[in-house]
Amino acid sequence: MPLLDIKNLTVSFDTSAGLFKAVDGIDVSVDAREVLAIVGESGSGKSVAMLAVMGLLPSTATVTADKMEFEGLDLLKMSADEKRKIIGKDIAMIFQEPVASLNPCFTVGFQLEEVLAKHLGMTGRAARDRAVELLSLVGIKDGADRLGAFPHQMSGGQCQRVMIAMAIACNPKLLIADEPTTALDVTIQKQILDLLVRLQAEHGMALIMITHDMGVVAETADRVIVQYKGRKMEEADVLSLFEAPKSNYTRALLSALPENAVGDRLPTVSDFVFEPAPGV
Amino acid sequence: MATPVLEVRDLKRDYISSGGFLRPAKVNHAVKGVSFTLQKGKTLAVVGESGCGKSTLARMITLIDPPTSGEILIDGMPVDAKHVTREMRQKVQIVFQNPYGSLNPRQKIGDVLSEPLLLNTSMSSAERRDKAMAMLVKVGLGPEHFNRYPHMFSGGQRQRIAIARALMLNPSFLVLDEPVSALDLSVQAQILNLLKDLQDEFGLTYVFISHDLSVVRYIADEVMVMYFGDVVEHGTREAVFGNPQHSYTQTLFAATPKADVQSIKDRLAKKAALAG
Repeated sequence: MPLLDIKNLTVSFDTSAGLFKAVDGIDVSVDAREVLAIVGESGSGKSVAMLAVMGLLPSTATVTADKMEFEGLDLLKMSADEKRKIIGKDIAMIFQEPVASLNPCFTVGFQLEEVLAKHLGMTGRAARDRAVELLSLVGIKDGADRLGAFPHQMSGGQCQRVMIAMAIACNPKLLIADEPTTALDVTIQKQILDLLVRLQAEHGMALIMITHDMGVVAETADRVIVQYKGRKMEEADVLSLFEAPKSNYTRALLSALPENAVGDRLPTVSDFVFEPAPGV
Repeated sequence: MATPVLEVRDLKRDYISSGGFLRPAKVNHAVKGVSFTLQKGKTLAVVGESGCGKSTLARMITLIDPPTSGEILIDGMPVDAKHVTREMRQKVQIVFQNPYGSLNPRQKIGDVLSEPLLLNTSMSSAERRDKAMAMLVKVGLGPEHFNRYPHMFSGGQRQRIAIARALMLNPSFLVLDEPVSALDLSVQAQILNLLKDLQDEFGLTYVFISHDLSVVRYIADEVMVMYFGDVVEHGTREAVFGNPQHSYTQTLFAATPKADVQSIKDRLAKKAALAG
């Protein structure tokens, strides 16, 4: 049985110009200990699909699905109270902009310990020790001093590490990383990706990696879903996706990588016509 | 040899944070003595991680911030950032990283494009309008976009507008401060193509600032690697990419994700070995 199983997910938003479908009939399933990458450009609905799973969308959004199950529990029928016991504990998420997604008014330590208190009932010294341990796990060595720091006193890479520490605080079964390295330098990106892959292997988590960077996909994923304008274009394991992409859109994405440039100009995505790959 | 478009001699910039009553002022050497020359029609890429001084360098050669010491010569003439003449402002322009932040949301695109002409030349308003229209078409937008506001455009289109604005004065060289890092892969390809087209058409010279090595490899003629305010490596693209000398350059190359089939196979094999 897959860990997370979603069938025919549709998310639409009420706008002044009528109903806008951000995600249109997408199936996603992840097994335990698997790294799934969801690739697409901005507006392809890759983040929205995962926010729908987390229940973090605003009230203007309508979420429908034939099936949305986590470990056999139906996420659609669950009450908000029951859902809160799973979200943040068994399913955790890392957001795109680390500096913006931490609360600027509270110290890093307070925010980390809050997660521990809410989900595991840890308080006081126990929570503090665990927080330091978590920080050292994500590569912040002077964790005890860092607990008193505010987000603005840390660099982008360090804030992202704190976000990861918060996400893995309760040993989640599924970690969703929404563009975890987009705002970061290549050297920091490498460190964060290595860290995520190491934690995934050590804790046996499933990892969903949302990204638009084909390089990141190549470095981390087992399986890949390619999305375009709310629809799934292709699903394949990482090797066959890069060796023999089936859909035109995937081919376009791969040829737009500057390192694959042939000749003087890069082919752009608008040079291609898109249809989902056969069998999707 | 022809006069280089841009010559920089031992350029330095210190930032001084204000000290307190008992606390001495802290000096941060952001750029520690950079020298280079750039010939017409070439692209110099400046590479490095955030905080290495590459944006400070960009601001100094665009005459936005004055250097602490050192000389900048544009077309062989020394310039002073404290007194930028109209003539000098016409020679150098900049495109910023974030197209969402660099356009005034309350200014129509037509005004965005004609403002440099209004400030730096004595053209009539009809002339300015014609030039702005022509430039819109050159960067791949249409005359119908003239009266629209920035929020009506996508990120890629906004970056086209920012490039158009920078080109309005026919500058000798253009500083591009991470022009594609805020854009999607497919849009990034369009903007890079546009930059190459414009370079061929006008013989433009670029100073291209980036931390993305795959983009740099595609667009640059020369590459300069910066690390904590120092230039650690400077050479032609072939020399730097083919045979990196400095350990920091090698670290940068090692950190760049590899998307070729062989390295994916290697990674999967390694993972299988660990699991088994």
